Amino acid sequence: MADFKPSAEQMQERMNWLAGIVAQNKLVDKGNTLLPAKGSAKTVKPGHIVTDGPYTEIKEFISGYIVVRAEHIDEAVEMAQANPIFEQVGGSIEVREILKRD
Amino acid sequence: MTAVLCRHFGLKHMEIAEDIASDTFLKASENWAIHGIPENPTAWLYTVARNKARDYFKHLAVFDTQVKEAIRPQKFYREPEFEYSPQSIADSQLAMIFAVCNPINSPESQICLALQILCGFSVEEIAHAFITKTETIKKRLQRARANLRQDNFQIRTLHATEIQSRLDTVLKTLYLLFNEGYFSHTHSLQIRKDLCAEAVRLALVLTENPWTNTPQTNALLALMCFQSSRLESRINDAGEAVLFDQQDRSRWDTTLIDRGNYFLVKACDHQEISKYHLEAAVAYWHTTPTGQNKWAHILALYDQLILIEDSPVTLLNRIFAYSQVHGREKALAEAGQFKLAKSHYYHQLMGYLYAEADIAQAISHYQQAIQGTKSATEKQTLTREIARLKKTIPQKSGRPQSPSPAGGKGANS
Repeated sequence: MADFKPSAEQMQERMNWLAGIVAQNKLVDKGNTLLPAKGSAKTVKPGHIVTDGPYTEIKEFISGYIVVRAEHIDEAVEMAQANPIFEQVGGSIEVREILKRD
Repeated sequence: MTAVLCRHFGLKHMEIAEDIASDTFLKASENWAIHGIPENPTAWLYTVARNKARDYFKHLAVFDTQVKEAIRPQKFYREPEFEYSPQSIADSQLAMIFAVCNPINSPESQICLALQILCGFSVEEIAHAFITKTETIKKRLQRARANLRQDNFQIRTLHATEIQSRLDTVLKTLYLLFNEGYFSHTHSLQIRKDLCAEAVRLALVLTENPWTNTPQTNALLALMCFQSSRLESRINDAGEAVLFDQQDRSRWDTTLIDRGNYFLVKACDHQEISKYHLEAAVAYWHTTPTGQNKWAHILALYDQLILIEDSPVTLLNRIFAYSQVHGREKALAEAGQFKLAKSHYYHQLMGYLYAEADIAQAISHYQQAIQGTKSATEKQTLTREIARLKKTIPQKSGRPQSPSPAGGKGANS
């Protein structure tokens, strides 16, 4: 998974999935992909401790995020279930509600 | 071609450039009919155009020198250099559109001029695009040309701010150009792929320039890609229009749908949602199989769209979407709440809405729609539909699926 580079077809599948969310006017932020390259991740801990990682070799490694608009969390879950990533490489998607601040 | 010529001679010679271009095409049609189409037709056309332009300027130079002989010594006439690369042609076309979209004219006039000079639209076609009388358009064009001439109009390099401020009208021009190709009404052909292709090409050029690569441009391009994906399936082998429900989906171009998806995602920007965003989103749903929520999504988009632009066509399309979600009876009640212009689109829609409950009303509306349309293919389709309805009068059972009537102009075809 660390060396996973999506093919043009896989990128297109992802685009098609995203387009469906855009067409419902529910994509709030396309988000970003987090670089899986060496040296691109550091962990900062209390007491000025800085370590490398998390490493992409570790199973649970966040590779990106998007922000969507949904009536309730189940709707967001439905969108996540349609993500082609499961067919392509596997992994998991965490769905979280954002705290609305006024 | 007019654009390339104008770039070299300046817009003061616009009429002459137009004459040379049309002369060139005339010569081409004569010559090609006898000798066949040359290997490189574009180069052939530009060579002829260049020679004609050179003749014209020689003639002008001779005239100038003869008339002014007495007072001035003979001066050199330098032949303007021509560029032929596809790059410069593309740029000429766009540079010209931006030049014509000059804020000294109203946005409507800018678009009229651009459609006429660059897209070769007739006054009638422009009037159709604006749903206005031809007389109004004629006057508008005259005034706009006069304004440009007084301003000593030139095609020059524009600054970033000028380009950005003119982009709206340029996008609108491309939108109308595409629509005229997609729903051509003044020609016997119902679709003019050349116009669609040209609009897509110009929009693509806009996405390649960082100043014009805006969310709106991407949304417009997405819309064009989605619509283009159905170009092949909208006309059958006999040249008749095929309505949305009856189209062979295997003939839809999935590559174009993919491109549309790509540009739709690129267009997504949480700050801005334009008419093109919403129309592209509607077009997206038309590329998907009919599911439970498809029409509910489309209706929600039309609800937003009428807040931005409550044009008659948008209102009618929204009511069609409404009928798909809530049924035709409720849609009739909904239609009653709006003051709708009695266009032939209106009658098509009403014909469709009445087709279940009141066949006599439906037929009467369809007949009025036939009278209102200029398109031969549209007339044919409606006549077929009336014939089908008449057959169902004796026994009301076994109602076959009715095609979408609002497809005449909206996103439904």
